[in-house]
Amino acid sequence: MMADAFLDIADLSIVLRSDRAHRLLRSVDLHVNPGEVRGLVGESGAGKSMIGKTIFDILPRAVEAVEGAVTLGGTDLLALSSNARRREIAAAAALIPQDPLTALNPVRRIEGQITDRLTAILGFSKKAARDRALTLLEEVHINDPERVLRSYPHQLSGGMRQRVLIAAAFAAEPKLIVADEPTTALDVTVQKQILRLIAEMQAHHGTALLFVTHDLGVVAKICQNVTVLFGGKVVEDTDVKGLFAHPAHPYTAALINATPRYDRPDQSLLPVPADVIEATRAEIAKADAEWLSQRGQTLKAAS
Amino acid sequence: MADIAQTAPQSGPAHRRRPLPLRLVLSGTWLLVVLICAVFAPFIAPHDPLAQDLLLERLPPFWMAGSEPGYYLGTDGLGRDVLSRIIYGARIALTVAFVAATAACVIGSALGLIAGYYRGFVDQIVSRIVDIWMSFPPVLFAILLVAVIGTGLHSVILAIIVIDWIRFCRVVRAETFVQVKLDYVDSARVAGFSRLTILIREVFPNTLPTIVALLSLEMGIAVIVEAILSFVNLSISTDDPTWGGMIAEGRTIIYFAWWVLVFPLIALFLTVLAFGQFGEGLKDRFDPVLQ
Amino acid sequence: MDALRGILTRIVTTAITLFGVAVIVFAVIRIAPGDPIAMMLPPGASDEDIARLRALYGLDKSIVEQFFIWLGNVLHGDFGTSISIRQNVLGIVLGRLPATLELSFLALIIASTIGVGLAYLATRYRETAAEGTVDVINGIALSVPDFLWGLALILTFGVAWPIFEISGRVSPTLDLPFTSNFYLLESLVRFRFDITLNLLSHMIMPAIALALPLAAVISQLLKSSLKETMNQDYVMLARTKGFPESRVIARDAMRNAILPTMTLTGVQLTFLIGGTVIIERLFSYEGLGNLAIDAVINRDLPLIQGIVLLFAVLFVAINLIVDLLYTLLNPRLRHG
Repeated sequence: MMADAFLDIADLSIVLRSDRAHRLLRSVDLHVNPGEVRGLVGESGAGKSMIGKTIFDILPRAVEAVEGAVTLGGTDLLALSSNARRREIAAAAALIPQDPLTALNPVRRIEGQITDRLTAILGFSKKAARDRALTLLEEVHINDPERVLRSYPHQLSGGMRQRVLIAAAFAAEPKLIVADEPTTALDVTVQKQILRLIAEMQAHHGTALLFVTHDLGVVAKICQNVTVLFGGKVVEDTDVKGLFAHPAHPYTAALINATPRYDRPDQSLLPVPADVIEATRAEIAKADAEWLSQRGQTLKAAS
Repeated sequence: MADIAQTAPQSGPAHRRRPLPLRLVLSGTWLLVVLICAVFAPFIAPHDPLAQDLLLERLPPFWMAGSEPGYYLGTDGLGRDVLSRIIYGARIALTVAFVAATAACVIGSALGLIAGYYRGFVDQIVSRIVDIWMSFPPVLFAILLVAVIGTGLHSVILAIIVIDWIRFCRVVRAETFVQVKLDYVDSARVAGFSRLTILIREVFPNTLPTIVALLSLEMGIAVIVEAILSFVNLSISTDDPTWGGMIAEGRTIIYFAWWVLVFPLIALFLTVLAFGQFGEGLKDRFDPVLQ
Repeated sequence: MDALRGILTRIVTTAITLFGVAVIVFAVIRIAPGDPIAMMLPPGASDEDIARLRALYGLDKSIVEQFFIWLGNVLHGDFGTSISIRQNVLGIVLGRLPATLELSFLALIIASTIGVGLAYLATRYRETAAEGTVDVINGIALSVPDFLWGLALILTFGVAWPIFEISGRVSPTLDLPFTSNFYLLESLVRFRFDITLNLLSHMIMPAIALALPLAAVISQLLKSSLKETMNQDYVMLARTKGFPESRVIARDAMRNAILPTMTLTGVQLTFLIGGTVIIERLFSYEGLGNLAIDAVINRDLPLIQGIVLLFAVLFVAINLIVDLLYTLLNPRLRHG
């Protein structure tokens, strides 16, 4: 759609291998331009993590992309072989994972976990990679980078580990960073610091950022544009100002009312009303029925 | 990842009634053949397993030049019929297997259940004994015991029991640990059953699939231990047909009459493999967790 | 601190186990029929001679006293004199130990290589025919014991295609300019690769026979451990870094998966060493196990006792070392 988008996901549908009529992502369109900060919002189970996994080609074996295209920096990923795809993705994008406690390898020192892609793929010398790691650790405000490089993950706090993971994500200067709910697993006090750090790093490196979250408040703070998911379907795709000013979809409007607002702290919060959810579900069911009637035969033949 | 875990249905086969697995059928068939050979040896064996005939020594099996009709698998260095000796050998192999394995199973499982259920002092003692037993090489232990208490079928069986009860004890103890932590034991206790009743009526049946699988495996091990003791000439007398004894003789004349070694080896190989696979197959099939 | 306490507890239980081993060995030797004194004296010795000899060997004391005297001697390295070889037991046993250690070590290397290799293949090509094949291989290798593998190997590579030697440790015609009994090691150090090859051609079949069951255990444990590890977040993250799957398995999953496998392999390794007793016999390999069977057949009780004790110490030591190694290799325990 947009020719200059760096990440372009078009009409992507993901189904269960065991029941190919069951869609988990429903014809999703999503694009992120160079340098853009886009929020990807949805409640748990809306499929937002699955979009992240699709970009990095780490979908679980139980599911499968049946149609659509994922283009990254002009390369059609689904057309590549597995190893080539993995290399292509890694050169263009990096992931900041959700849980810093499980995302670092417990038996490897921090140094190797930041520098391995530099030495193994980009041909850095060990010395150069180490220098780069030190610079990055300083950028993420770690006071004693030498010691941290020598440490094992269990010797660092959760906030420190997330800083390390952010540094590692920026190590190879990717054009796109996907942050998959990077603050949910952390203490509330640390959450704000990490959020500020990601925004700061993004601005400093000029990287495009896809920020996956369930929190519209966070989106309001750091994103320019936003995509709202419900039940694996995009219900809203707009800029942040427009989203809060005049939400196009009733679900989005209800979601905004359910989110604490920093600019209006005393406004009472309303849960998303059941009838809005019902109506949105009905909308999705109708779209599914149409989709199935068009492709039912081919799906059956394929499975 | 959570999205997937919630929506993916449990994969089906565990709920369906499964056909008999192939390995259960194959191993069961072979064990039945061996059992029939053992029970009806006098009617099946074409010759007397002890009859020596120096004119017929080292005859090759039937498909080779120089074989004699009626001696299908050839003869050994003393002119005894290899096939008949294998068939009679099944008697000794299975006797040892059933008697020794069953006794080791009963003793080991009982101690394992008690140690796992009552814990504390009893468990400490049993665990220490197990540790000590694990510090001896089992084959050397068996050879030593047989040397000390004298050769013969009884000694072989006794040695296997003395050594291998710990196999059952270790596994059943660990299994009982797991079972005792499960809710049903608590609810039985709340319902007012005595500890012994709970142990026998609730815990024991749940460890049964493991015990049965291990029993089958142990029968295979007993067959091997008997063969090894016969091989080093510490089982029953050398005249009596045992697979291990035949293998020992075959090993010495391997370059002149390979069949004396090969056929009893095949019988031993298949029997041990079958006991192991039969046990595994039973475990898969009757494990309540899998069904 | 916890790690240290764990190690101390382990050392104490190890000491208790070794004491128990000593009691059992003493008891078994004692119930052996035949008066040891009668065996030492010529027929027709007077009652007085017998009594004097009994006093000399401490046999007139109570059984508990005898045990502690015996234990004291054993702890000083005095295992007595072999009846059949008429030499110091400790000397004989230590002379044969290198042969058994070299064989066991070679078997361990083969088992680890095959085990890790199969587990890697099954993980790299999971949910394909390759994984099923590995399962079948493991199942068969596990349910057939080393004794039968040894016989099968003799028939295949000793008789049908005679590539390897089927008996002995080294060709008797070969001149060995060695100072120790670690022939394999010394031939490597002295660059006598002709002797190394000759040794290996004798050792390879018994080593493989010993290795196969252990290889299956390693492969099975490591495979299930890898399966769990491959779903960890840090493995996912390694994939997003652009490494091919083979490197992700080797660098990120393997080390984590090997730790739990190692503890369980310790016990299995003692089974392997225990297996040398019959395998050495089968291949007429001049090690400790072969010596043990000769000792039993000759009713050489001091020699049997020495060998059994040495095996027991070896087993207990291996279990201890594996536990310590686990602590050492696990950074979480090391930097408590």
